[in-house]
Amino acid sequence: MKASTIKMLQSKKEQIIELWMENQMEDPTLREDLMSNEDLRVQSIELIDTLLHTLNEGNSTQVESQDFEPVFEILAGISLSRARQGYTPRETATFIFSLKDAIFSVLGENISDLSLLNQELLEVSKLIDSLGIVTFETFIQGREEVILRQTDEIAEISTPIIRVWDGIIALPIIGTLDSARTQIVMENLLVEIVNSESSIAILDISGVPAVDSLVAQHLIKTVSATRLMGAECIISGIRPEIAQTIVHLGIDLSSIITKATLASALRQAFTMLQLEVTKVRKDKKV
Amino acid sequence: MDRIPILKMGQFLLVTIQIDLYDRIALNLETDLVQMIHKTGARGVLIDISAVSIVDSFMGRILGNIATMSKILDAETVVVGMQPAVAITLVELGLPLNGVFTALNVERGMNLLQSRLASNPDEEEDEDDNPE
Amino acid sequence: MITLNRDRLLIHKDQDVVILRNRVKEYATKIGMGLVNQTKLITGTSELVRNMLRYAQGGEVLIEVVSRGRENGIRLTFSDRGPGIADLDKAMQDGFSTGRSLGLGLPGTKRLMSEFSIKSAPGEGTTVTVIKWKNG
Repeated sequence: MKASTIKMLQSKKEQIIELWMENQMEDPTLREDLMSNEDLRVQSIELIDTLLHTLNEGNSTQVESQDFEPVFEILAGISLSRARQGYTPRETATFIFSLKDAIFSVLGENISDLSLLNQELLEVSKLIDSLGIVTFETFIQGREEVILRQTDEIAEISTPIIRVWDGIIALPIIGTLDSARTQIVMENLLVEIVNSESSIAILDISGVPAVDSLVAQHLIKTVSATRLMGAECIISGIRPEIAQTIVHLGIDLSSIITKATLASALRQAFTMLQLEVTKVRKDKKV
Repeated sequence: MDRIPILKMGQFLLVTIQIDLYDRIALNLETDLVQMIHKTGARGVLIDISAVSIVDSFMGRILGNIATMSKILDAETVVVGMQPAVAITLVELGLPLNGVFTALNVERGMNLLQSRLASNPDEEEDEDDNPE
Repeated sequence: MITLNRDRLLIHKDQDVVILRNRVKEYATKIGMGLVNQTKLITGTSELVRNMLRYAQGGEVLIEVVSRGRENGIRLTFSDRGPGIADLDKAMQDGFSTGRSLGLGLPGTKRLMSEFSIKSAPGEGTTVTVIKWKNG
């Protein structure tokens, strides 16, 4: 953008703001229920002030440059606060894009050279487009952070380890077993084996919706790692339909001890530890 | 020194690896252990790797070799105390050390060796030939 | 991807492996990598550096701390002027080895790393670049 154009825009700042506010007021999607017109005005003025202050001849086509940092900061702030207030991303972006109309009409009034006008319009358009995109990006980033935090939380809470007996731990797995999950499960399981000096770990997969060859591979890996530590691993909670899929898919689980229920896995563990559960006989005569 | 000490405990040998292994040391250990088994007529070998932070395919192979070689010399090998991170890495690497006995710690490893000796009556006769 | 920090090490003899492993561990600890991923990274390093020593009598390792988006990681570049690898596809198969090893080195290492790339031609040496992301 020419320095003269930028100077002109800066001098017409008041006019741009008025035009922009008018445009926004006329817009049928204006959300007066979410933000008062006074607040909207404050937000708009702050953005224009910073934007016009930042612009110079050199940086107007380089939105990536450091100069625009303060503008992006304000945009991010607007995007975040609006998202919290309940604006849709489209409404926030429309707010930014509506600035185009205002600047375009000021440019049109003040530049008589048509080819120059054309070029300046194009540049302003690109600039404001990228500003609009920033609001989108901030919105998505905010969402992503929420998702990441929730993923971490799910991973944390979904792998409790239960000491069912001296030397026997059990770990019920609920939900799909992907490779990231397997890594967490394996790590927790092995660390707990060391801490509790357990020699048998029972992995209960009653809560795993489906076992495909990938999940089976993860299970086999977990069992192998357990054995490397010097403990044995029993897989329990195999539902009949899972047994069917395993065979249909040609998955070989013969190297693994599998049991239908946690109870029978526990019984197996007792046998391995040479323990016996007996019923106490009450002496009726006493 | 590029050598790891081997301790004799009754009819077993105990090796505690407390330094970061590189290939030379691992190879020396293999040779020394086999010599030692032969010399002492040991019936079992305990290799404590609880202080070892990495085992790669070469060291994994050495552990496997030691187990196979000592088997030929009529001694069982138990690798004890593997760190969880090491176990996970070995599995991912594709080296589950099949054929090597493992135990959680030295005590459990010792029990395992003893029960294996006890469960094999043929070998108990050999024991009588070599009283302590 | 941005490189935040770099370090170069020459590998000539067996014992250099220990120095390299410790250096890699230092950097991995600095970016807060978890123990399991650290172990995978260092085990893979050990595999690659052994190849370098065995087939090319040594070489150079570049250690870099890299960052992409919100992820930090360690990038290692192993370059040697050895004989190179004639059939890369074959070298990447489990169980294939021209030496007397288990043939797990390259394919196994690839499984341990987040990213793995290899460039090699007979007579022109071999360059292996691996990345392990902090949470990968």
